[in-house]
Parts: sequence; C-alpha cells; structure tokens
Amino acid sequence: MNIKQISIFLENKPGALYAMTGVLARNEVDLRALSVAETSDFGIARLIVDDTDRASAVLREAGYVHNITPVLGVAIPDVPGGLNKVLQVLTDAQVNVEYMYAFLGGKDVEHAYMIFRVADNGKAAAALAERDIKTVDQEEMDNL
Amino acid sequence: MERYYQPEIERASQEQIRAWQDERLVNQVKNVWDHVPYYRKKMEEKGLTPADIKGVDDLHKLPFVTKADLREAYPYGLMARPVKDCVRIQSTSGTTGKRVVAFYTQHDIDLWEDCCARAIVAAGGTDEDVCQVSYGYGLFTGGPGLNGGSHKVGCLTIPTSSGNTERQIMFIQDLNATILCCTPSYAAYIGETMKEMGLTPDQIPLKAGIFGAEAWSEEMRRDIQNTLGIKAYDIYGLTELSGPGVAFECSAQSGMHINEDHFIAEIIDPDTGEVLPEGSQGELVFTAITKEAFPLLRYRTRDICVLSREKCPCGRTHVRMAKPRGRTDDMLIIRGVNVFPSQIETVLLNAGYPANYQMIVDRVRNTDTLDVQVEMTPEMFTDNMGEISRRQKELVDGLRAMLGLAAKVTLVAPKSIVRSEGKAVRVIDRRKI
Repeated sequence: MNIKQISIFLENKPGALYAMTGVLARNEVDLRALSVAETSDFGIARLIVDDTDRASAVLREAGYVHNITPVLGVAIPDVPGGLNKVLQVLTDAQVNVEYMYAFLGGKDVEHAYMIFRVADNGKAAAALAERDIKTVDQEEMDNL
Repeated sequence: MERYYQPEIERASQEQIRAWQDERLVNQVKNVWDHVPYYRKKMEEKGLTPADIKGVDDLHKLPFVTKADLREAYPYGLMARPVKDCVRIQSTSGTTGKRVVAFYTQHDIDLWEDCCARAIVAAGGTDEDVCQVSYGYGLFTGGPGLNGGSHKVGCLTIPTSSGNTERQIMFIQDLNATILCCTPSYAAYIGETMKEMGLTPDQIPLKAGIFGAEAWSEEMRRDIQNTLGIKAYDIYGLTELSGPGVAFECSAQSGMHINEDHFIAEIIDPDTGEVLPEGSQGELVFTAITKEAFPLLRYRTRDICVLSREKCPCGRTHVRMAKPRGRTDDMLIIRGVNVFPSQIETVLLNAGYPANYQMIVDRVRNTDTLDVQVEMTPEMFTDNMGEISRRQKELVDGLRAMLGLAAKVTLVAPKSIVRSEGKAVRVIDRRKI
C-alpha cells in the first residue's frame, strides 16, 4: 500500500531545479507528483514518478544525492471537508504528518489524491482503512 | 619487525647524532660564510664570524633566514655552489607569494632521496613493493623526491604524477600497486572515486600510503585508511630544505622523525624569535647541515608544532615532530580568532561528513564572516528537512566549540567543490583589507 517517493538534494540557486527536471525529461521519466521544500541555501525536491528505479538510476548517474522513502497515497473524496476528515483520522490515531502534498491530476474526478509522509505508514493506513478512506498502492497509482 | 633504510643512522645514539650535528654545523657555517655573501652580511651585522659557532649550543646566535630573504635573494643570492656543480632546481608551488627556487648538487639529490627512502621503508616498503608516485612531477618536489626514494628502496616505481584519476586507479588495480604516494587530499579523492566504482578496501591492493605536502588531521587519516584499506603515513618537508623527507612517520604513526643527521630542528616563539624549551609549541626552524648548493641556516618554516624526544617504539632515535597544526601562512585570523583549516576538517570528519570543504571568508559591514561549504552525501541525506537542519546545526555547534567562533554552514551539491590533484584549495578569502 506504500508508494515510493524519490527525494533529491538541490542547492537553492537559479537553475538547480531546472537542471534536475532536465535529467528526468531527457530520460522520459513521467512526474506524477512533486513538492519542493527549501531553506535559504538548499532544498529537497520530492517526486512520485512512473518508474522509480529508472529515475533513481539516471539521477545517480547525473550525480544527484537522493533517496527513496515509502509514503502514503490517499484517495480523498473531492468534497468540502474531505481533507479535514483524513486529518481527523490521523489525529485520532496520533500519527504525526511530517509533510504532505497533492498529486497531479488523474483520470479519477471523484477523488483528490494526496501524498502523506508520516512517521508510521502502517499505523496510518490501518486507521484510514478503518474509516473507509482508501490508500493507493504503487500499481494503482501508476494507472491513475 | 621494524625495518630501516639506514639503521646505523636511524638508530644512532643521541650522543652520536649530536656529534654529527656539531661537526656538520661548524663546517656548514664556514661554507656559507665563504660562499654566500648575502648570509655573510647578515652574520656580520650581528657581529658574528664562523669562529663564534663551535657547535649546536651556539646555533641560537645565528640570524634567521625567512621567506622574505628568499624573495630578496632570488634567484641566485643564497646559492653556495657555482652553477657548474649544480644539477637540478626545484621550485615551490608559489601558493604563498613568489616562487622559491632551490638548487641541488648531485650529492644533495642523493641525500634527499635517502631521506625519502627512509620514509618508504618506515612505511613497510621493500624491493618487493610496487610504489605509485601520484605527486606532481616537475618543479614540485613531491614527485621527484618520492620517485628517487622509491628507486633507492628498489620498489617497482610507477611515475604516474598527479591527475587523470581513472588512470591512477587503473594502474593501482592492474599492476597491484602496494604503496601510494600523493597529497592527502588527492588520496581522499582517489579513495572516494574507488568507492564510487564499487571497490571495497579488500579489493584494493594498496597496503600503505605516504601522504604529505599539506596539513591533514587524524580524522582524515582514519577516513583514508578505512576507504583504501591501508596504513597512511605522514611525510614532511619543504622545497627550501630539499623537499619531502625532512621528517617522516614510522609504524607508531605518532609524530614524524626528523632526519637529524641532515637537519637541526629548533622551536622558537614566532613573535620574539626566542628558542623555546623542549616540548613547547612554537614555530619550527631548520638548519640544513649537509646540503651543498642551497644550505639554509635557521630557516623559519612558519609551521607551528611541538617536538618530542620521548623514546619511540619503532627504535628510531631521531626527534619526532607532531603534525603541524598548519603553516602560519594557512592560518586565518577571523574576528581576531586564529583559525586553521585542519580544525574545520576535524569537525567535519567527526560529524560524518567528507573532507571536501571550502571556507569562504568575507567581510560584511566591517565584520568577518566564515561560511563553511560542505558537500551533501548519500549517507547524510534524508527526505526530512528538520533532520538535515538538525545535522547542519550540529556542525555549526561543533565549529563554535572548536574555533570559538560562529560560522555558517552551507550544504552544497556533491562534487560542486573542485577536487584537487595536488594541494587542495581550502580557503577563499574575499576580504578586502
């Protein structure tokens, strides 16, 4: 039920993000979700892609420091209060959300998909399942 | 079992060493008086004649030679033999100003190579070894010195010189090189590259390394030893005195034995010039007592260190010098605090970062700033911003504890700091004073 996320170390300077997306573009890696966190001198780009292993290989080749971490993909009913309900469940289960970001548009118009980085994926997924909130696995995500 | 290149010299009694020094110093002072008008004038200004120097006890009476003298006397002013007797020059990298040119007779080269041979044997080298010399050849003394020493020991010598790291590694692997000689920063780079190629220490034939020509820390030694699976030995020298091999480490890896049959070492107070008692920290001063063409008396090295006469387990009797904290030239004064690059290296390596760093010193609104740029590594990276910032703060705290100074730490992309194949460029000082 986990999705693989690639996190990449970038310097916070003009062209750094562009150089990295250029590596992915030249190797025809498709981005499914992206978020960037930054400080004044460095940033971390977090990506969900169609082919994690290939993306990792081409990034390594290009000299990028990066790692792969499991994250949760959550299908949130696209109605007012949808995200709030998910956070309520996680709060009740005392799961801390380290960060989260939205998935780039899929074919499913009923749901908004979001990526959650939490301390305990298993605990979060179980709590969500109990309240009928769907998490997506890598394969489902690839088909979105 | 400890082996020696010249056991009768390297294990000589303190009395014997002193007798050699007394005799050779007296002769050298006469030689310089007769052949170097520049130095004779300096002696006359102090009211000295060769008759005043009867042995090492009188050494303190002689005037110092400094880098400024070398500049003033450039190029031939300190030469003590005619050109027809000299066979070679070597020159400094010129990192701290004007180049120094040093002259050698065949006898000088021979003794210099003996000193390097002592270092190679102390690192375990024999005629069975394959010794790769990855110091630069040419004007720089590193390549020619170790090359000559390696020949004397009878090692199969690979004169790769510096650069072309892939080729360096190819020769190490294909020819089963067992000893590597280069700068410590280049050794670290070769190690880093081999690690990236997936080579583990047990797949690397090297067993020892002789690394010098720049200051390096114990932490960097540990790092290089682990990556390459070797014992890493320090070697010390200056072009002004011959080149590498003025002092070298033995199996104890605890200080470098100064070749006292060729060089008399003193420790002085760098401010007053007073000779300090044994065991004090101060500036290292050398007198070359066997050199013919370019014999410097009381040459101020600007290296800060301590000498020890404590008995060494290796059996060598020559005095040991501690790793210099750095040349006073390398020392930066930032907000009034003395900072040596080697201190920063220690903090980084202790915190698990590589020794690839650069110090950017600047002056903003009349206040000095220090920005230490450190490369991010796969080991130190996580997707968690807070965790990275926490580690960054640990470095800031570590630097403050080590230097007594607030420094900024900037994490930069891997390989963004230029790798050095010779002496590393650690400091960029942008202050306009």
